[in-house]
Amino acid sequence: MKRIPAEYRLGWLLVAPAVSAMLVVTAWPVLYAFWLSLFRYDLRFPGQRAFIGLDNYLSVLGSEVWWQSLGNTLIITVGSVAVELLLGFALALLMHRALFGRRTVRTAILIPYGIITVVAALAWKFAFDPTTGFVNALLGLEQAWLTERGSALFVIIFTEVWKTTPFMALLLMAGLTLVPDDLLRAALVDGASAVQRFFRITLPVMKPAILVALLFRTLDAFRIFDTVFVQTRGAQSTESVSIVGYHTLITRLNLGLGSAVSVLIFVCVVIIALLFVKGFGTALARGKEER
Amino acid sequence: MRRSVSSRPPVPPGARAALRWLGTALVLLTLAGCDDLPFPKDPPMPEVPLLRWYVFAEPSGAFAAAAERCSQQPEETFRVELVALPADADQQREQLVRRLAARDSDIDIIGMDVIWTPEFAAAGWILPWTGRLAEQVRAGRLAAAVQSASFGERLWAAPFTTNTQLLWYRTDRVSTPPTTWQQMLDLAESLGAGAIQAQGERYEGLTVLFTSLLASAGGAVLDESGTRVALPDEPTRTALGVMQRLASFPAADTSLATDREDQARLAFETGAPSFMINYTYVWPSAQRNAPEVAANMGWARWPAVVEGRPSRVTIGGINLGVGAWSRHPQLAFRAAACIASEDNQRLAAERGGLPPTIAALYDDARVRDTFPFADLLRETLQDAVQRARSPLYNDVSLAISRTLHPMRDIDPQHDVARLRAVLGRALRSEGLL
Repeated sequence: MKRIPAEYRLGWLLVAPAVSAMLVVTAWPVLYAFWLSLFRYDLRFPGQRAFIGLDNYLSVLGSEVWWQSLGNTLIITVGSVAVELLLGFALALLMHRALFGRRTVRTAILIPYGIITVVAALAWKFAFDPTTGFVNALLGLEQAWLTERGSALFVIIFTEVWKTTPFMALLLMAGLTLVPDDLLRAALVDGASAVQRFFRITLPVMKPAILVALLFRTLDAFRIFDTVFVQTRGAQSTESVSIVGYHTLITRLNLGLGSAVSVLIFVCVVIIALLFVKGFGTALARGKEER
Repeated sequence: MRRSVSSRPPVPPGARAALRWLGTALVLLTLAGCDDLPFPKDPPMPEVPLLRWYVFAEPSGAFAAAAERCSQQPEETFRVELVALPADADQQREQLVRRLAARDSDIDIIGMDVIWTPEFAAAGWILPWTGRLAEQVRAGRLAAAVQSASFGERLWAAPFTTNTQLLWYRTDRVSTPPTTWQQMLDLAESLGAGAIQAQGERYEGLTVLFTSLLASAGGAVLDESGTRVALPDEPTRTALGVMQRLASFPAADTSLATDREDQARLAFETGAPSFMINYTYVWPSAQRNAPEVAANMGWARWPAVVEGRPSRVTIGGINLGVGAWSRHPQLAFRAAACIASEDNQRLAAERGGLPPTIAALYDDARVRDTFPFADLLRETLQDAVQRARSPLYNDVSLAISRTLHPMRDIDPQHDVARLRAVLGRALRSEGLL
């Protein structure tokens, strides 16, 4: 079907306000941050502002702090997204299959997602605290969870999982509704077991939905700030890249160096998105061929 | 949807009109938005100039009462309004510096933490005190408090309240308080786990602990000029040794690495610990929350690091600066001088438990009621030490607390060099911290 040029024009006219708004609120700050990152610029010493090219980037990339925080961020991202995917799938299947009280089940599962991250992070911080918390009493332990790297990372990941699994479950449940019932029934007639039906039919049909869910959560998890800030402030080597950016930009007022950190975080996010979109592309292409 | 669109003519007859209407509406909306810009057409003319005092939210209301009193002076024509800042000093600074860097004229008087003086002064965010008013707010004040408000030979703020740490101990378990860290650590060993409560989280409190230990051992973080790292070998190693021993000692609290002042206070109020390094606010708090602990609570001078050399403890507190972009700087100076006057310092001490900077007030009967340890407090303050005096203090402090956290992993031999390297980078504004 060929579209008439006038139709295109109308289309562009209609999206023009949205596009210009996006350019102003998104593209401009990104470009400005990039511009700032090329300067030595500390808000406390505005007189010493000078163009230094890519020196800020060299300084950040040559720093132990950046690589360590990038490692921490990746651990938190991979750890939380993997667990969320598994748990989210279980919950999605539960919500999908629930025969009665469907609404109640769905609402109950969504509650953690409705809680503000800072509140959730504080609540779990207190829960894991050796003096005020219930976790040690429950498990019969004498552990100061947030004082060591391993256990502190565990608490952070746990909080993230607790908070965002419902989101994952919701997206996956939407994917589950895509799986046609007659396909599953036909497989049943052909003698496929429940496991076979899940891996051979449900999963392949759901692939695009899974990829969307993973992309959203990975991008979100990579930018983690509030949970770490509330629970450890980045101590015990749990610093995420966003915390490093915050320290440089907001606490030290070093606009040049801080902008370089922000731009690098942006680059990481773009790389993650590209990797996923590539995965997407193949999934979608195959979907078309099959059709 | 799609089919219905493509089956119709490309631009439906009404579309053009609708677009025109939309455009007009957008323009109107934009214009209407201009009304809400921060320039009201006719600003309400206040009868008396309003001065805004940005300071942490003081819970007892002592600051509000002081602001009210100064507004009521018959010979003055201004009104002081409190603007509450967060309780955490880092967050107070964060909010203030962004606004000051953006030349916010709304900030008239600033309740400044003592560590901000060099930074704010060097950046030109506050105005220096000169002439008669400077003499007035300096007169009779503790030397360390005046020093905390000065930078480069000038006075940048009016000393208002001060603070420092004491050693708190259980009189029912310890007959004579230890005078050195060595003694305290030895004693704590016999008293069991968690006997000493201190500040070990990675934040300003850890820098304070290090600064006090280092000064007590005879060292300093920066040299006199404030631009080069000092950290003399022997004292630095001694100070790091004490920190390491405090944290790895069997008597150390397991949660030391996440403890701030308040966690230490809460733990002490449970009755289990025998020693605590903390500010004076723990005294009224214990009387309120744990009277049975307060009944057996003694105080002593912060322990020395070297036998026979009195400890030198870090000074804290709030000084009053005048914002450089204030619309009424002269009025703001007079208002700040009034807030920092003797009557209001007494009020802040009595009601808010904030130690005064006027030395003579420590002999005042009502102040001594609030601080039964007034003599000890004044004596400690007379020997107090300043934290590094540098416009880059924040970077310096971040570098110290990052390098020395967690305290149990400190290696005194190796960490002196590491600390020097990191501080050097911080002073040159180089790289991430």
